[in-house]
Amino acid sequence: MSTNYEDRQRGGGGGYDNDDDQDRRPMGGRGQGRRMHRRRVCRFCIDKVDLIDFKDVRLLLNYLPERGKILPRRISGNCATHQRMLAEAIKRARNIALLPYTTD
Amino acid sequence: MNNKRQYEVVFIVDPTADDEVSKLSENFAQIITDQGGTVTKNEVMGKRQLAYEILHHKDGTFVLLEIEGTGKEIAELERRMRVNDRVLRYITVRVDEDRRRADKLKERRARKVAKRPERHGGPSRRSPAMEFAVASDE
Repeated sequence: MSTNYEDRQRGGGGGYDNDDDQDRRPMGGRGQGRRMHRRRVCRFCIDKVDLIDFKDVRLLLNYLPERGKILPRRISGNCATHQRMLAEAIKRARNIALLPYTTD
Repeated sequence: MNNKRQYEVVFIVDPTADDEVSKLSENFAQIITDQGGTVTKNEVMGKRQLAYEILHHKDGTFVLLEIEGTGKEIAELERRMRVNDRVLRYITVRVDEDRRRADKLKERRARKVAKRPERHGGPSRRSPAMEFAVASDE
């Protein structure tokens, strides 16, 4: 394990997204929206969340765009651990009709 | 105490049978205690709109049970709920392992914070101890 601290910080989740820093990809009309998500830090890590409750609908809804799909980590910036917990919680909530599987 | 498992059971009751809700949850709690488990929490979360229709119902009353036991009583409880027409849906989640893990993380974090001041102004940010701390975060 020789990767140093700074490198891992910057790399966050998807290493391939690194060149975003230089703004080489304009991303069409969604540029604005993308930029808003650029601060790629895991909200749950900041809040020091150890458990994500599937009954906490208001929290989970933040990660469920209109379509009802789970917001990918490359957008939300969540770390792997928390994304996994979040996905699990969302799936449980869907099972008991707290959240939709799809919305049309 | 260590071999006791904790569960969260959430079930949805038919809203047209609203007056039966408390009776029903009492009933289920009784089943658990009969089987040797303990009910640590019995809470009606209230009537709520369902995210999708279940058996043509658009809303339902949610009830939360927190149970401690061996797992046998869960089997019986689920069997009863499956048979009961009033229960539209239920989910059982085992929570003790996740909670224990969360407690461990919290404890570790507390220890890290307690340790930090003495390292303040240390020679390098990349000291081996620091690397260990980062690795354990994930």
